Amino acid sequence: MSRSVAVTGMGIFSAIGKNLEENHRSLIHGKHGLSYPEILETVHQNLPIGEIKSTNSDLADALNLDKNHAFTRAALLGTIALKEALQNAKIEDFINIGFVNGNSVGGMDMTERFYREYESNPANRRFIQAQHPGFTTEQIAGYFGIDNYVTTISTACSSAANAVMLGARLIQSGRLDQVIVGGTDCLSRFTLNGFNSLMIYSEDFPKPFDSERKGLNLGEAAAYLVLESADFAKNKEVLGYVSGYGNANDAFHQTASSENGEGAYLAMQKALETANLNPHHIDYINAHGTATQNNDLSESRALIRIFKEMPAFSSTKSFTGHTLAAAGAIEAVFSLLAIKHQQIYPNLNFNSAISDTRLRPVTELKSTKIQHVLSNSFGFGGNCTSLIFSKDE
Amino acid sequence: MYINGMASIAAQTEEDLFAENLQSFSENIFPATSVNYKEYIKPMMLRRMSKTIKMGLVTAKRALNEAGVDVPDSIIVGTGEGCKQDTEKFLENILDENESFLTPTAFIQSTHNTVGGQIALDLKCTGYNMTYTQNSASFESALIDAKLQFTEEMGTRCVLVGGVDEIARISTPFYNLDGQLKAGEINTAKILQSSSEGTITSEGAAFFLLSEIRTQDSFAEISDCMIYRNISEEKLQEEISWFLKKNDLKIDELDVVILGNNGDTRYDHYYQQLQEDLFKNTLQLGYKNWVGDYNTVTAYACWLGAEILKRKEIPQQLKLNNLPLKQPTSILVYNQYLGKNHSLTLLRSL
Amino acid sequence: MPIMTDLHTELKASIIEQLNLEDMEVSDIENDEPLFGDGLGLDSIDALELIVLLEKDYGIKLTDPKKGREIFESINKMADFIEANRTK
Repeated sequence: MSRSVAVTGMGIFSAIGKNLEENHRSLIHGKHGLSYPEILETVHQNLPIGEIKSTNSDLADALNLDKNHAFTRAALLGTIALKEALQNAKIEDFINIGFVNGNSVGGMDMTERFYREYESNPANRRFIQAQHPGFTTEQIAGYFGIDNYVTTISTACSSAANAVMLGARLIQSGRLDQVIVGGTDCLSRFTLNGFNSLMIYSEDFPKPFDSERKGLNLGEAAAYLVLESADFAKNKEVLGYVSGYGNANDAFHQTASSENGEGAYLAMQKALETANLNPHHIDYINAHGTATQNNDLSESRALIRIFKEMPAFSSTKSFTGHTLAAAGAIEAVFSLLAIKHQQIYPNLNFNSAISDTRLRPVTELKSTKIQHVLSNSFGFGGNCTSLIFSKDE
Repeated sequence: MYINGMASIAAQTEEDLFAENLQSFSENIFPATSVNYKEYIKPMMLRRMSKTIKMGLVTAKRALNEAGVDVPDSIIVGTGEGCKQDTEKFLENILDENESFLTPTAFIQSTHNTVGGQIALDLKCTGYNMTYTQNSASFESALIDAKLQFTEEMGTRCVLVGGVDEIARISTPFYNLDGQLKAGEINTAKILQSSSEGTITSEGAAFFLLSEIRTQDSFAEISDCMIYRNISEEKLQEEISWFLKKNDLKIDELDVVILGNNGDTRYDHYYQQLQEDLFKNTLQLGYKNWVGDYNTVTAYACWLGAEILKRKEIPQQLKLNNLPLKQPTSILVYNQYLGKNHSLTLLRSL
Repeated sequence: MPIMTDLHTELKASIIEQLNLEDMEVSDIENDEPLFGDGLGLDSIDALELIVLLEKDYGIKLTDPKKGREIFESINKMADFIEANRTK
């Protein structure tokens, strides 16, 4: 890779912590964030979710927002996470920094609440525009005064991973020197019921890669990385490099992955190519691992096709649930934490391997030498993206 | 980036556009012209598709056809509101049935990246696939990505890029409640002369097959594209001059500017200021009074610009000022919506 | 003359409506025609829709989506299953 892409700051807010430190602590102590709905008002009280136990009021207070703000829950989470990232990266110029935000639920949390009252009650009409992802991005960008290149990627579960990839490409091309990348998504009745209607939602806690896995559990989160070109990163602490990326489409089915994981295979292959690495260089894989029958099998097959010798791998969705558009970003943060602390975080709730593949993830916290991490994010619509993060040597 | 194929669907037909026979509407929400989707899509696939997907898929296929390409290397879609109608359907089911007896089809079809996904599925294209949803800069975000692809050494030779948005039965009329749409009696043809807030809206799609190298099928070029989330009028003028200069053009060498005036007195000043100052000697065209304003209407504007360069003809009804013009060779498309997501796109003849 | 009860007709009409088979009539679907794969050409998403139909209209709750493929093999199979298990 010609022009290097350095990560100089990160921020995260998930069900296992409201900042980097808390998230890291939870990871090393095996403390997951799955629970039952308390803030989300749903009839499905029996479905585990990775809910952040802060109300929108709490979040808005933390940001000193006006009472009549039009921030969606995703915008609230995103702004808090972005604050941490910008502080860590010591960013001073907010006008020219680029911003690529992954978001798929948008403001549906507000839409589902007010949809039937808009006609009769003017009180919440400021949320009409909030339905779509771009609005959430604008709320976050507006809070910081990020005025120039701002865009939103909406490719379901691979949104934030695609945001990281785009940010890296913008820096490599010289189009931008600094860009914030990541994503945010909140829980909503819409998505909870959506995945439930597909019969892929688990009534138990998630068991990624386990033979008895029953499906996914949704979560909510926001996370961002600050990417900078070599010149701009010169006098800063570099947390790692985005050294490879690959995007491919499975082109098999609208929601299910192909049996041999073609899209996943191509994405991982492209990531290795752009990073100029061979499979044996990868020390750890942060898998997509949603715990659905389909994903875990198809991802396993794709992994076997690429890796003659399987590196250590785990799915941290066992900690946070599947945070949809934010997944690629929180997992990028976890990958970089793995690099920083030279450790691998466990795949919780694993007992027995899938009989077809016999792959066993890491199940306990492990200290080991880590140079390169591969992170996978595969979504509806066949959108598959893989990223490679490398240690600053 | 060379345009080798393109197609569009909007509230006006191509024939009416160039025959000076544009239709006016008396509603502030009006649909795109109807298309025989069965010609392009199998019934078993068609039965599930929202209008967004149908319009997107058909214009994509037409663009590919014109360019003589079966499968592009990449597919990049811009859509502000995605599959709005299916989103509405699933949401209403949830609200009506109190979260029970829910069927998945509407949910699956509701994600914004369904269009890109469906196109990939139809063409069996496993290449790079992306969807941008940055409100009125969605299409431009897609163009910028396409341009990036051609500068990278990934072997990308042709990219399918497009923009699409649809109107929905209940949620589009919500825009009457938050001031986005114009109240009172409507005559869309005359909307740009209106003295009230709000605009009119519609739906449509425009897709382009862009090629890295010029071929005998190429008929115009999309040279460059920039987006700005938020910008003052003064800074905008500076940026426009810089943008043109970067592309070896002086203001007085620009032949045509396609502006996004939409009759909303709160924000049309961005355009009017340019009309009176920077572009006072440039031929100015307006189009939103004919096809409405929606997040990806600029994809239509680019299609329009490319059509003008191809035919070397300007539809008279679009003129905002009365300058004569022989043969246009350069066209700038400038847009913003609600004072945000400003974009500049430059098209050139070959 | 094929055996056609009200349930068979009802099922065909429901399927046409629920699965958006716009250009089809009840008379276009044979009782023993395969619904999935080569016959009518339904897919896994349609199977999920039919599972909801079973619950909503006939009170039968299927928790394992894989069982669906056997039950939904044809109109005859579906009707038999419903007659045996309906609670509505």
